Amino acid sequence: MPKELWKGNEAIAEAAVRAGLQAYFGYPITPQSEILEYLARRMPELGRAFVQAESELGAINMVYGAACTGARVMTSSSSPGISLMMEGISYIAGTEVPAVIVNVMRGGPGLGNIAPSQADYNQAVHGGGHGDYPRIVLAPASVQEAIDLTALAFDLAETYRMICMLILDGSLGQMMEPAEMPEMKPIVQREFDWAVTGAMNRPRRILSSIYIDPVAEEVVNFRLAKRWQEVQVREVRYKEYYLDDAEIVVVGFGTAGRIALSAVRAARAEGISVGLLRPVTVSPYPYSVIEELAKHVQGFLVTEMNMGQMFDDVRLAVQGRAPVEFYGRPGGVVPFPDEILAEIRRLASGQWSPDPDARLSWQKRMASVIQR
Amino acid sequence: MVTPTTLVYSRPQAFTDSPTHYCPGCTHGVAHRLIAEVLEEMNLISRTIGVAPVGCAVFAYNYFDTDFVEAPHGRAPAMATGIKRVLPDRIVFTYQGDGDLASIGMGEIVHAAARGENITVIFINNANYGMTGGQMAPTTLPGMKTTSSPYGRDVETQGYPIRMAEMLATLDGVGYCVRRSLHDPKNIRLAKKAIRLAFETQLRGLGFSLVELLSTCPTNWGMSPVEALRFVEERMIPVFPLGDYKVAPGVAQITVRNT
Repeated sequence: MPKELWKGNEAIAEAAVRAGLQAYFGYPITPQSEILEYLARRMPELGRAFVQAESELGAINMVYGAACTGARVMTSSSSPGISLMMEGISYIAGTEVPAVIVNVMRGGPGLGNIAPSQADYNQAVHGGGHGDYPRIVLAPASVQEAIDLTALAFDLAETYRMICMLILDGSLGQMMEPAEMPEMKPIVQREFDWAVTGAMNRPRRILSSIYIDPVAEEVVNFRLAKRWQEVQVREVRYKEYYLDDAEIVVVGFGTAGRIALSAVRAARAEGISVGLLRPVTVSPYPYSVIEELAKHVQGFLVTEMNMGQMFDDVRLAVQGRAPVEFYGRPGGVVPFPDEILAEIRRLASGQWSPDPDARLSWQKRMASVIQR
Repeated sequence: MVTPTTLVYSRPQAFTDSPTHYCPGCTHGVAHRLIAEVLEEMNLISRTIGVAPVGCAVFAYNYFDTDFVEAPHGRAPAMATGIKRVLPDRIVFTYQGDGDLASIGMGEIVHAAARGENITVIFINNANYGMTGGQMAPTTLPGMKTTSSPYGRDVETQGYPIRMAEMLATLDGVGYCVRRSLHDPKNIRLAKKAIRLAFETQLRGLGFSLVELLSTCPTNWGMSPVEALRFVEERMIPVFPLGDYKVAPGVAQITVRNT
């Protein structure tokens, strides 16, 4: 297919359609509303299900119902809306049905703003809903990658009967870039041996997240963990840039990773041995890749559009073998490549942070930068 | 000796062999049986997907020999919407109590009705939260004592009961919306006819259908089963009048033979 100019949100919507999306349920919220609006046009013309729900609670539970039938189903929202969906996300995880959820993140906490942010990393990767459940989280850094990962998300969700969430910031949802759309895939009515479709010519099936006997629930928790181990072995994805001889490794996901790449290239032009690791799956996280790097690099610089959330995962992987520095812009502020370049130069000149938690040093450095 | 000619009562085919978990004297069992009889009579068992609520009927899926899902508290109409939209030729029903439907799930039920979702809702109104130990529900009568209205529901501070059937009947997407009671055999027969009409409404694509059933909760009301039935008749019906609140013209033309 030729490249076309696609807006991030609309590209995700069309990529989902071409991956065989059978039903979409959503609710308006900036900066993701174009996904809802695009599918409001597109799904009916293909005879597929589209409902603008009464709330994010309604939307996620419509997703839950449709997912129980084995249909390819998706919802999308932005940070506050995803918070509302967390009840349903936990139920979907506990019922072990596949669903794709897109979070076009904005500044928070609370109502926050509608500017680009990565502040929902921990919610997506480490928490969110109640209970012990794993989930796959993909973090695209370009419109093309958003298209490719949308298609992948459905396959991963179905393979592992697991929630697969795309997290991207508002700028990626709103920006237009040339990108190649995959061919339209036909709708395949998959015959899952768990799907609830009416007990025609088979024993009835029940899909539920209730296990009133704690011993039975314990079995479920272990089953989910075992499946997660398979995901961790098979599905870690990341992009590396200039890592072969890098002494300093910048780690960033999504837009922050993309901005960092510009800074890394500029630093390379200045002769600094710096590279970039950009996790594509932030869950499962490329811990072992970072662990290996930690054995021979001088140190790491984590850059995020939040207060340092993925930073904890990098430190976990590094296990104290090398210093881990942080530079972030929270609240909906997007860093410029120059800011990250300045950080790289600082580290290249040997000025590592004095605090054991480099986020404290960063906050002190930011005191003169942030507007009061 | 029971022979096919003398057999007048048996377990409906739509039921499993599971023993009941409901309290003695509770009318959930009656409501379940009416649904099972209707599904069997309409030959819908293998086409039906039920959506269980959170509440005493959380285990409804144990009793019906149909596919079932179990919804988060109040969200059954949203789950049913998701199922029905991808499988429009299946029969989808929710079974919800008053806390589930009229409190935490108010948004979901109102909008499912407003969209005219072609689903059937069986709404059990027993004026309290049964499963969690008898707390005040949106349907608790004025002055009625519950564990969270120990001095009796004070309408000045705790508001008034919500009449769901009347409220939902105002929405254009609703095809059939009635209130019945399960307090005596005559009313049980009328309730069954209403449940039949509700499923007929869905089968014919005539929109959202809901049957509200006034029910007993002897355990949490602190009454004997007989006293509880009398309470429904004497105290609940004056607050929740029985009646047909919406019967769309297409539904009114349906004739259902008494069974």
